[in-house]
Amino acid sequence: MAGPQALDRLSLPARRLYEAPSRLPRLLQGQSIGESTNLSEHLELRGPLPSWGPDAHSRQALIELVDRSGLRGRGGASFPTALKLAAVAGQEGLPIVVANGTEGEPASAKDKVLMARSPHLVLDGAVVAAQAVGAREAVLVCHPAVRGLVDTAIKDRRELRIDAVRLRAVDAAERFVAGEASAVVHWLERGVPTPTRTPPRLAERGLHGRPTLVQNVETLAHLALIARFGANWYRGVGTDSEPGSMLVTVIGALRRPGVYEVAIGTQVSAVIDQAGGTLERPQAILLGGYFGSWAAYDEAAQRPLSRAGLAQLGAGPGAGLIAVLASDVCGLAETARVARYLASESAGQCGPCVFGLPALAGELESLAAGGAFDRTRLERWLGQVDGRGACRHPDGAVRMVRSALAVFTAELERHARSGCCSQGGAEILPTPIGAR
Amino acid sequence: MSTRVRLRVDPIACDGRGLCAELLPELISLDDWGFPILCDTEVPSELTKEAREVVKLCPKLALWLEQVSKA
Amino acid sequence: MSAVVGASSSQWLWFVSRGSGLVLLALFSIVVALGVATRTGSAPRTWHRFTVAELHRTFSLFAVALLVLHVVTAIADPYVSIGWWATVVPFVSHYKAAALGLGTLAVDFGAAVVITSLLRHRIGFRAWRAVHWLAYLAWPVAFIHSLRAGNDLGLAWAYTVEWGSAAIVATAVVARVLHVARSSVPPGSAPAPSVHAQAQARSGW
Repeated sequence: MAGPQALDRLSLPARRLYEAPSRLPRLLQGQSIGESTNLSEHLELRGPLPSWGPDAHSRQALIELVDRSGLRGRGGASFPTALKLAAVAGQEGLPIVVANGTEGEPASAKDKVLMARSPHLVLDGAVVAAQAVGAREAVLVCHPAVRGLVDTAIKDRRELRIDAVRLRAVDAAERFVAGEASAVVHWLERGVPTPTRTPPRLAERGLHGRPTLVQNVETLAHLALIARFGANWYRGVGTDSEPGSMLVTVIGALRRPGVYEVAIGTQVSAVIDQAGGTLERPQAILLGGYFGSWAAYDEAAQRPLSRAGLAQLGAGPGAGLIAVLASDVCGLAETARVARYLASESAGQCGPCVFGLPALAGELESLAAGGAFDRTRLERWLGQVDGRGACRHPDGAVRMVRSALAVFTAELERHARSGCCSQGGAEILPTPIGAR
Repeated sequence: MSTRVRLRVDPIACDGRGLCAELLPELISLDDWGFPILCDTEVPSELTKEAREVVKLCPKLALWLEQVSKA
Repeated sequence: MSAVVGASSSQWLWFVSRGSGLVLLALFSIVVALGVATRTGSAPRTWHRFTVAELHRTFSLFAVALLVLHVVTAIADPYVSIGWWATVVPFVSHYKAAALGLGTLAVDFGAAVVITSLLRHRIGFRAWRAVHWLAYLAWPVAFIHSLRAGNDLGLAWAYTVEWGSAAIVATAVVARVLHVARSSVPPGSAPAPSVHAQAQARSGW
């Protein structure tokens, strides 16, 4: 059976049949917007998925392949995938794989789009991950809107019996914190999508007490391609330290907002150009997600979209959100709205988050409306909320707010003098309050 | 016995009852909403006994003493 | 109390067991009230919360000691035939089976509450709390036991202790129920609370 090293030495005839994509797109290859790739189309386009033996040696070889590729998680934390696989593979007990397509971030759509357009690639990735850790079952947690497509994909695979691993799909909970790894496990076990206390770690004891691998669906899709085409192929785009491609959700005052696949390290302005460029004069970008950071447009546009490239701005690619704010919208008002949304989306388990986030939101709303605001108290609250919950939700909110205070300094002065400065531009950040 | 320990709190279990801060103000203060902010350095040896008391006393069993590994 | 000339040891046992019973009723009522005060964080401003918590603990342990005396004197008393099994198995005593059986039941519940509380850190919060709810069952069972097992209720002071204790516990239970009602608003779904509302919610949180 085709092992990982064999792929890199495959003779040409086999390669000619199933062409590794030489450029982009990789994950979104083969279909246009709105279409989904069915099983036969998927197999015709990418070829069959190689399988690894169940023995420890084969699993180790697979994990080493992933390590050489440099693949990192695409859920926002960018954790090296090979390390995660090794941590779960090394545990006692039968592991289980959870493919996390919850995508609780309301502005982000990449996971939904990926699952709708390339469900088989995600399922392939779940199978590969299961083989790497020695699991026999993978659960795909997906948005209800794409559940039908995923179920059909699973059914088609089951009929052809192409997987040695049992696959099933479950509806995701539609809450912001529901996408957090321990919240997904909690949701699967008890129907409650809230993060749980961290000891024990999920890799050791997660779903039903078993070692659990929780991986973002985009990560799994990359894994499925690495399994076919090897580590060198994966590193063919992107930077040396951050290889590969990533999905981004580009929104805001743009001609063609949507989900795009770009090489990591692409200049941010080039990514925005793919989305048709801006309609209005842009002032700032929210990078990464609602737990990410604001940056001034002129500074951010020149940077490469990578962890190293954005670190100087105190930002990161996060979960791939690029939200472009036009000059006719008030950045503080947007920040206040998002802060209020994040406060309402607290899991409600930890005091500093439950009380601190609404307090921050209230202060920002007052600031946005042009009223008096207490900067010292705001800073104190930011310090008291950061890092004091069981999950990173309050940390992300604090990061977002701090970056807003650093970027929108002109607005801060204007608001203090003469009230809100908004020139009536459209809000860009969705805050579906009450959509529980 | 002089194992080096650090006070830790489980933020999910903690209800902000505030008994800990009353008993050990040297190491525990309360934020604006009544929840404990723990000193994150190791517990000084003269306060170890009080730290153990505070862990025992928490009505939600939210506190514990974590071993500090030699850096 | 009827006049006794030359107290015999048997009558001494009789007095101690009944006297301790009434004191116990008052004591456990105070323990319940202190328990509710600990839970709701209500304490006079000058008291510390840990004072209330420690008082609850101390009083309950003292009550346990007195309870041992109450049970031992009742059983050791040769005037009535109760039997040692009746300490833990309800409704097996020969004398006033129903009334004493309730007492035994209260002891069983109480023992569960006390033992789990002493082992709180071993068994974890959820297990401890589940058993601790039995306290709300133990008290009325003990109360009915005191009404039916005691013969002294015609006396004014005994009457006062009985119904005074009931009043203390009733107040505590009402306070506990109100506390649950106030803290049932899910945090985060409400709009930004004022500082006052925050403080109020926090005492119920």
